Amino acid sequence: MELNLNVNGLARTAEVDSDTPLLYVLRDNLGLQGPKYGCGLGQCGACTVLINGEAVRSCVTPVASVKSSAIVTLEGLGTPEQPHPVQQAFIDEQAVQCGYCINGMVMTSVVLLRKTPRPSEAHIRQALGNNLCRCGTHTRIIKAVQRAAEPRPTALNGD
Amino acid sequence: MKRRDFLQSGSGLVVSFSLLGTAGRAGAQGSTGTAAAAKSLLKGEVDAWLGIAADGRVTVYSGKVDLGTGTRTALAQLVAEELDVDFGQIDMVMGDTLLTIDQGQTAGSLTISNGGLTLRRAAACARQALLAAAAKRLPATAGELVVAHGVVSTRTGERKISYAALVEGQPLNIKLDPKIALKNPASHTVVGQSIPRVDIPAKVTGRFPYIHDFKLPGMLHARVVRPPGLGATLLSVDESSVSQIAGGVRVVRKQDFLAVVSSSEWAAVKAARTLQAQWTAAHTLPEQARLYEYWRHLPVGKDEPVIQTGDAVAALGTGAKRLKATFDFAPHTHGSMGPACAVADFKDGRCTIWSASQATHSLQSELATVLGIAKANIRLIYLDGAGCYGRNGHEDCSGDAALVSQLVGAPVRVQWMRADEHGWDPKSPPTLVDMEGALDAQGLPLAWRSEFFIAQARGTLDEFPLLAAVLSGVKRSGYYTGNLQKNAEVLYQFPHMKTEVHRLADTAFRTAHLRTPGRMQNTFANEAFFDEMAAAAGADPLQWRLTYLQEPRARAVLEDVARLSNWQSRPSPRTDQTGDVADGRATAELSRGRGVAFVKYDNDRTFVALVAEVEVNRRSGKVRVTEVWCSHDCGQLINPDGARNQIEGGIVQTISRTLLEELQFDRTHITSLDWTSYPILRFPEVPHIHISLINRPEQTAWGAGEMAATVVPAAISNAVFDATGVRLRSVPFLPAKVKAAASA
Repeated sequence: MELNLNVNGLARTAEVDSDTPLLYVLRDNLGLQGPKYGCGLGQCGACTVLINGEAVRSCVTPVASVKSSAIVTLEGLGTPEQPHPVQQAFIDEQAVQCGYCINGMVMTSVVLLRKTPRPSEAHIRQALGNNLCRCGTHTRIIKAVQRAAEPRPTALNGD
Repeated sequence: MKRRDFLQSGSGLVVSFSLLGTAGRAGAQGSTGTAAAAKSLLKGEVDAWLGIAADGRVTVYSGKVDLGTGTRTALAQLVAEELDVDFGQIDMVMGDTLLTIDQGQTAGSLTISNGGLTLRRAAACARQALLAAAAKRLPATAGELVVAHGVVSTRTGERKISYAALVEGQPLNIKLDPKIALKNPASHTVVGQSIPRVDIPAKVTGRFPYIHDFKLPGMLHARVVRPPGLGATLLSVDESSVSQIAGGVRVVRKQDFLAVVSSSEWAAVKAARTLQAQWTAAHTLPEQARLYEYWRHLPVGKDEPVIQTGDAVAALGTGAKRLKATFDFAPHTHGSMGPACAVADFKDGRCTIWSASQATHSLQSELATVLGIAKANIRLIYLDGAGCYGRNGHEDCSGDAALVSQLVGAPVRVQWMRADEHGWDPKSPPTLVDMEGALDAQGLPLAWRSEFFIAQARGTLDEFPLLAAVLSGVKRSGYYTGNLQKNAEVLYQFPHMKTEVHRLADTAFRTAHLRTPGRMQNTFANEAFFDEMAAAAGADPLQWRLTYLQEPRARAVLEDVARLSNWQSRPSPRTDQTGDVADGRATAELSRGRGVAFVKYDNDRTFVALVAEVEVNRRSGKVRVTEVWCSHDCGQLINPDGARNQIEGGIVQTISRTLLEELQFDRTHITSLDWTSYPILRFPEVPHIHISLINRPEQTAWGAGEMAATVVPAAISNAVFDATGVRLRSVPFLPAKVKAAASA
C-alpha cells in the first residue's frame, strides 16, 4: 500500500506493507539512518523516534498507525554543522563510544528536557532507564543531558 | 632541480585501485582528496601507510580499525604530530584489505602501542624525506628549515614550500626506517591533547555511515535461519510456507545453511520467522546447572609450563593459617547493541564484503574457504559497526552475506536479528580457578598456589569455524579462541608460589575473546584471593599489596587510588555495621564497603588500581556499586579524554558483567536471546566514576581499552566482603548467590 507520512517536516510517500514497522520504512524506503535496529522488541531504544513529540520505539510501531502523525528522526533535530542543543551537548561531553545507542539517548533526552527542563540526576537516570548502552557511556550521557539542561541563550532554546 | 629528486627508486609490488569502484569509494570512510594512483602494500614502504595528495590532504592507511573506541582520532593525532601537518588535514582509511597492511586483528588494546608506532615511524620518515627535498628545492640547508602545518620554510620565512607542492600527488617512494627518531615528547603539540573525536558529530546527528546503513544498487535483504543447535542437520524445508509473503521471498540452502532473501527487508524478516524447516535434534551443550563440574572434568588439551618459586605444596602444609577457595566466572556474550550486519557482492569469481569485522585481513582467508575461491579474490572493506568488544557476530555474518551473495548472484545484505546475535555470536568461555594460601605464625604470607582451568585456543584464526562454513558443509579444523592464561601469575612476592594452568579442550560453546579475555577471569581469582589472605592476616588490603609489590609504577597507581578514594587504612571487613546478610530482620538493611584491586596488564604493560564502593542490601542480596575510583598508568597518553572514555566504559561494562550477566542455555542451544533473558546494567545502577590518569610522556604509549575492566570483579567482591564479611567467588554476583554465600 502507498502511505503518506510526515517525516522531519516533509511530506513523504512510501510503498510498503501495512504491517511493516516504522523503523524499516524510515531506513529502507526513506533513507534515514539515525534510528537503528537494535532488538526489534522495543527493549533497547536504539530505534527511538519522536511521534507527535513523544519518544516511541519505531521497531514495534506499525507504519500504518502513524500515517497522520508528525515523525521526527535524529536527522530532523540537527546537522553536524548545526546540531540541536542536545546533540551539541553530546558532542561537548564526547558522550559517544560506538554510538549505536546514541540515537535513542538523544531522542529520549530531548523529550525529557522538554517536559522537565531542569531534571535531577536521578530523574535523568530514570528517564533513560530503558535505553541500553553496551559501551558503558552512561556517565557521559548523564553529563551531556545535564549540560543540555543548563540555562542557555534563548536563541538556542527552541526544540 | 627536479621535484622528485628525493624520491628513491620505487621497488616491488604496486597494487592498483582497479577494484575500487563507486561502492569502494563509499566504503573508504570518507577519504577524500587522495590521488587514485598506485598504492603500495609493502609494509617496508612509507607509501603503504600514508599518502599526501595534491591538495595537501594526508591519507593514512591503517590495518587496525576503530571499533568505536576513538582510535580513528588518536592514530590521526600520532601522524599529525610526527608529520607536522594539521590534525584536520588527515583522512583515515582503516581495515580495507585492498588498501591497508595486515596489522593483525584489532584486539588486545594494541592499536595505539603497536599499530600507532608503525604510523608514527612512517610519518617521521615522510617528514625527514620531505625536509630533505625542500632543502634542495628552496634551496636551504637542513638546519635552516622548520615545518609547520605541512609547509617547510626557512626560519626567517623568506622561502617556503608546502608538502603538497613537493609531492604533487605522487607516491613518496621511500623506505620505512624502523629506527627513525621520533619527536621529543616535550615538543608534542597534538599528541597528549584531548582532541574531540572526529566521528561524534556525525554519530549524534544520524549521518555516520555504519555498516548497517550501507547499500548497493540491486541489493537484496537476507535473513539467516539457524538450526535449533549446533550439530543439528537440516532434514527438509517447506518453501511453500513463505510463498504467501508479499514482496517475494527466495529460500536459499546449502546443506545445513539456510537463509531467506527478498528485495524487501521486512519480507525477509517475516519469511525467516515463518519458514518451516525440519531439523535433527542436537544436544551438544553441557547442563547449565552443572557447568563447572563439567568444566573441571573436560579433557586437558595441554598444561602451560608451571611457574614456581620455592615449594608451595610443602609450605602449605606447614602454614599456621591455611586458606582454600574456588572461583568461577560465567560465560558471557558480547551483547553488541547492533546485531551483526554485512553486505557482500559476489561477481565474476570475486567477492567484496563490507564488514565491521575486527579482523578483516584474516577474515579473507576464512571467507575464501566458505566461497571456494582464492583469498586474493576477496576484498573486505571495513565499516564501523556497533561496539564488538572482541569477536562477536560480525565475522560470522560476513560469511553469511558472502555465501548468500554467491548463491543468489546478487549483492546481499544480511542483518542478524537480536536472537541471532545473542544466540550465535561466539561466547566468552567459563573459567574455574582453585586457590590455596598459607600464612606463617606471624601472619606473614608463606605460600600461594593457584590452579587455573582455562579454555584452550587451538590452531590459527584462519581456521575459525564460521557458521557459514560449518553449516554449508565446509570442513573446519574446529578452531575456537579460548581464554588467555595471561595474569595467571601474580606479581606479589611470597616465599613459596606455584601457578598451574590447565588448558581445556573446550567443547562447550562456540567461543571467542570478549573484552579483557582471560586476564579478567584470572585477575578476579588472584585479586580476590589476595584479599582473603590480607583479611586472614588482619592487614589493610591496599597496604598489604604495597608491601608485596616492588615495581614503582605498580606502587604509584595504588598510592594514587588511595589518595583519590580517601582510603582509610584498616582491615576488612569493617566492624562498625551490624546485621546478617541472610537475616531479613536486620535493622539496618544496607551495608556499605570498599574494595581494592590491582593489575599490571599481561604483567608487562598498563598499570591499574581501582577502588569500588558498594552497597549491599542484606534483605534482597542485591549489590550496587555506588562509586569507583581508578588510577591508570598507560604510559604516554595520546588523547587523555579518549582514554578516559575507554576506562569509564570498561568499568561500567564490567560492573554489568560482574553483577548481572550469565549466559543461559539448555542442552540444545543458548536460551538468553534478548535483553530480558540477558539483562545488562541500566542507568540507575551506574556508579559515579573518578579517574586519575598518570601521564608519562617519555614512556611507551600502551593501551587503555581493556585494562581497567580487568580489576572490576575483584574490587567489587572485596568491597562486598568489607561490607558484609561475605566472600563472593562466583561471577555474576546475583542476589540469590549473595544470600546463599551469606548462609554458607
